[in-house]
Amino acid sequence: MEPFAQFKNVQKSYDGETLVVKDFNLDISPGEFVTLLGPSGSGKTTCLMMMAGFETPTHGEILLQGSPINSLPPHKRGIGMVFQNYALFPHMSIAENLAFPLEVRGLSKAETEEKVAKALSMVQLTGFEGRRPAQLSGGQQQRVALARALVFDPKLVLMDEPLGALDKNLREEMQLEIKHIHEQLNVPMIYVTHDQAEALTMSDRIAVFNDGVVQQLATPDVLYEAPENAFVAQFVGENNRFIGDVVSLDADRCQVKVNGDSVIDCLPVAVTENGNHSTLSIRPERVVINPDEGSFPNIFEAEVKDVIYLGDHLRTRVSVCGNGDFVVKTPNAGGNGALKRGQKVRVGWSLTDCRALDA
Amino acid sequence: MKSMKLTTGKTLAGIVGLSLAAAAAQADTLNIVSWGGAYTASQQKAYHEPWMEQTGDEIVNIDRSANGLAGLRAQAQAGNITWDLVDMLPANAMIACDEGLIEPIDHDTLLKAAPDGTPPTEDFIDGSLTECFIPQIVYSNVIGFNSDAFPEDNQPFLMEDVFDVENFPGKRALQKAPINNLEWALVADGVPVEDVYDVLETEEGVQRAFAKLDTIKDHVIWWEEGAQPPQLLADGEVAFASAYNGRLFNAAVNEGQPFEIIWDNQVFELDGWVVPVGKMDKVRDYLEFATDTQRLADQAKYISYGPARESSAARVSTHAETGVDMKPHMPTYGPNFATAIQKNDAFWADYGDELSQRFNAWLAR
Amino acid sequence: MTQNDMGQAPVLTTADGLPLKTSLMRTTRRHRIRAFLLVAPLLLFLVVAFVLPILDMLKRSIENPEVHNHMSRTVEALEGWDGESIPDEPVFAALVQDLVEGGEARTIGTVASRLNYEASGMRSLIMKTSRRAGRIEEGPYKAAVIDIDEDWADVDTWRLIERESDPFTLSYYLSAVDMRYDAEGNIVDQPDYLKIHNALFIRTFWMSAAITGLCLVLGYPIAFLLANTPLRYSNLLMILVLLPFWTSLLVRTTTWIAILQQQGVLNDLLVGIGLISTDNRLQMIYNKTGTMVAMTHILLPFMILPLYSVMKTIPPHYMHAARSLGARPFLAFRRVYFPLTIPGIGAGSILVFILSIGYYITPALVGGQSGIFITNFIAYHMQTSLNWGLAAAIASILLFVVIAFYLVYNRVIGVDNVKLG
Repeated sequence: MEPFAQFKNVQKSYDGETLVVKDFNLDISPGEFVTLLGPSGSGKTTCLMMMAGFETPTHGEILLQGSPINSLPPHKRGIGMVFQNYALFPHMSIAENLAFPLEVRGLSKAETEEKVAKALSMVQLTGFEGRRPAQLSGGQQQRVALARALVFDPKLVLMDEPLGALDKNLREEMQLEIKHIHEQLNVPMIYVTHDQAEALTMSDRIAVFNDGVVQQLATPDVLYEAPENAFVAQFVGENNRFIGDVVSLDADRCQVKVNGDSVIDCLPVAVTENGNHSTLSIRPERVVINPDEGSFPNIFEAEVKDVIYLGDHLRTRVSVCGNGDFVVKTPNAGGNGALKRGQKVRVGWSLTDCRALDA
Repeated sequence: MKSMKLTTGKTLAGIVGLSLAAAAAQADTLNIVSWGGAYTASQQKAYHEPWMEQTGDEIVNIDRSANGLAGLRAQAQAGNITWDLVDMLPANAMIACDEGLIEPIDHDTLLKAAPDGTPPTEDFIDGSLTECFIPQIVYSNVIGFNSDAFPEDNQPFLMEDVFDVENFPGKRALQKAPINNLEWALVADGVPVEDVYDVLETEEGVQRAFAKLDTIKDHVIWWEEGAQPPQLLADGEVAFASAYNGRLFNAAVNEGQPFEIIWDNQVFELDGWVVPVGKMDKVRDYLEFATDTQRLADQAKYISYGPARESSAARVSTHAETGVDMKPHMPTYGPNFATAIQKNDAFWADYGDELSQRFNAWLAR
Repeated sequence: MTQNDMGQAPVLTTADGLPLKTSLMRTTRRHRIRAFLLVAPLLLFLVVAFVLPILDMLKRSIENPEVHNHMSRTVEALEGWDGESIPDEPVFAALVQDLVEGGEARTIGTVASRLNYEASGMRSLIMKTSRRAGRIEEGPYKAAVIDIDEDWADVDTWRLIERESDPFTLSYYLSAVDMRYDAEGNIVDQPDYLKIHNALFIRTFWMSAAITGLCLVLGYPIAFLLANTPLRYSNLLMILVLLPFWTSLLVRTTTWIAILQQQGVLNDLLVGIGLISTDNRLQMIYNKTGTMVAMTHILLPFMILPLYSVMKTIPPHYMHAARSLGARPFLAFRRVYFPLTIPGIGAGSILVFILSIGYYITPALVGGQSGIFITNFIAYHMQTSLNWGLAAAIASILLFVVIAFYLVYNRVIGVDNVKLG
């Protein structure tokens, strides 16, 4: 299938000295929800602005439905956008805000009214037509912004950290609502956020940005289960790290010596030869405390530093193989809350759950 | 604590009092209000400097005579009179005197007799001494022109020429007030000099004067400060300018400007001192000195205004810096004086308000 | 909640039974006293330097004490006069007594000045009669006074004195709007040749409006640039905008004289490049053009600063949003950006307009005859004609008009919508 929108070798520099976006490539399929995830300053918002037309690529091409749009002004692109602070026009009522994109397109009054009413009902704000944005709560304003970006049936919708200003509960509610609307309308969306949980919840695919470069572009499960480098492993989800040197390497198994004496068996992902420096990544929920002898290739002595009770699960911080900050997450299945600080335990994990990544 | 405060207070008051008394015995500061520019400079040279040298007094010049009457009224209303002596025109002096803002003056007691013993009331120009007013000079409102503005064989010399924009093209700078302009309009229109004020008292006369001014209205730039007309002439902005004759003289003699004076139908009047109420004791000695025969004659060394004392007129000699003979530049010099108009203060005291408003309305039209 | 509900609601009390309001007042008293002490100096200053002078001005515009105070006997004797015939002997006797006493006390001059505003010639009539009245040894006074000046046999003279005997008068206000009392005491228009103030009021308002418009047109783009340029450039720009504030008003005004006069820089330039011939040098100063140019220059910062402070608070998102929603740049500006700057436009315009109405130095220096404002006449009546009552009346009218403008503005735009910074 031909991609709906494309970034092709896009580079962006503001000062002619440094690149904020280095060789960005992304194909977006029709109806796809793609998230650009990364810490602030990683170049993700710049990419979004280039798609919207507010920034011009220094190099490379951006295509929409197959045709380049580099020199097309923003108002001719037909792209809906939701801004971080909503950007609702404060001097217009909610209905006027929603009618704005329709009016500038010269729609008839009746058609405008109908579409506005439909969009408002979609975000469950029917009856708020005459209010001013300042009279609405943050969540309601967010819905209006969303409705406004959708009301004119855009080809593509861009969202720039739209939920950043909301509190946790509301944010989660809105994530589902946006997801729901996306499924309903089946319009492709590009979503920018620095919140990995949000990205995992909502996206079809996620592009993880760091330092102007896409570190990994993959579906949420692949990103979480099989991060390709240390940055992705660290940024997406919780992660335990060891740093060491490769001492033996096969096709599907390698051994890494950490902290001078401990040797850990792991899956080679980004190591190529003996002596390579490597970062090992183990998800906390994949570690087992006091496993049966011989059940895992990796079983080590550990000392409990503290145990945090979190309701549905327990976080046990232990010191193992010289790593004093190693976290083990265990589901609260009852009867396993007996660990005490200072207690000696064994921890173990499988080979495939321990990924040997780049240094 | 309390007693100490009291003592300190008393001591302070004592010191202040003592120093004030000492200052009074030694030297005074006189705040003298005058017209500024070349005129104040001539007073500084002829009166102030010799007086300060003689007594150690300090004299502060305040250039506020243009609004002298307003200042006197405001200070009297505020109950805080800071001016000690004011240089003023006789018409305003009359109003100030009627309103009790200034001291009445007994001229023969206050002022010095002429060197030959003639009492002041006989020595000063006839009729120039009024109830509260001591004249210093006779000055004149004249029209000056820039001789470069006209060909050598066609230089203006009559008042009619000023109103003749055909033969003497160029802008005219006139004072933004009805005084002088109405008189000149009438004489230029053929009214004999001696009938000017009688005609102006009639509605037809006023209409006639304004009608004549209408003929040059589009060619006029109106000035408000005495320093403006010489500047406008020098800049070439105007060809003619009405001005005080002394200012034109100074620009011509001191700065070498090519200015000439049309003496025809000059409007002359006096200018002199008035004493704000309550200040007589402070300025008595200065006034006696500054209005004696020699001082008035000295002033004429610096500016071409005629002394108001006949005994001084005889002593007028040459310009202090350039040595120019001053007599031909005086308003009272025979040939200059032939067609002169004496300003009628009583007329302007009565009709000034209305004619000013009418003049302003005419200007705005 | 209605009034009734409020009345029936129980009084809330604190735990120890004090009414809640009293308790609250007590706990915040110290705070309120401190707040008051902090504003007290300014309050005092405003009362002394602003409120009292304005009240004094309003009083002066209607007070008329001269005849009432200094000719009190005559005024008393005139009570019951029919207003049709020459008054009788007692009135003349009172007049002589007033004039003689007033002459000695030097108070009669103010009466003479006052009456002369109403009818030319009254000054000399009063002063002459005052000087000679002392020589009238005994009655009958009527004949003696009429002998001094036969204007005393004119009923209009007496009508004028009677009319002006009221300690308060409207005549200054009438004069300020080109009207007057006629000899019979009816309010009539001034004759055309004395009409001046109304035309000047109108000119002041329309020229101030034009200057405000010019400031807006010139200032808006600059404010926009200032608000949307990176800091290091906008600082420099801001200095350029504020530069006029650091130069004296007179210097700025006289600079315009040097530039705009007929022998000035601009005309020289135009002649130099052959656009006009030297005989046709443009008259750009000492007329309305001069006033407009110089005042716009002087008042421009007062427009730019409020505009800038409002534009600075408008995030770029709004324009981006409008563009992304499909609006062309100009439409996005007109529908979104411009309406958001209205508070700044309102603030700047009201500031410039009111300042402009009150300016008089600049019009006096560069306005010539056609470019002066009504304020120049306030100054004229203060300093030259010395008719302070008339000056106060004109100034009061100006004050009322500004207040009226403000109220209308408040109605239309709303003062809450004005942002000064």
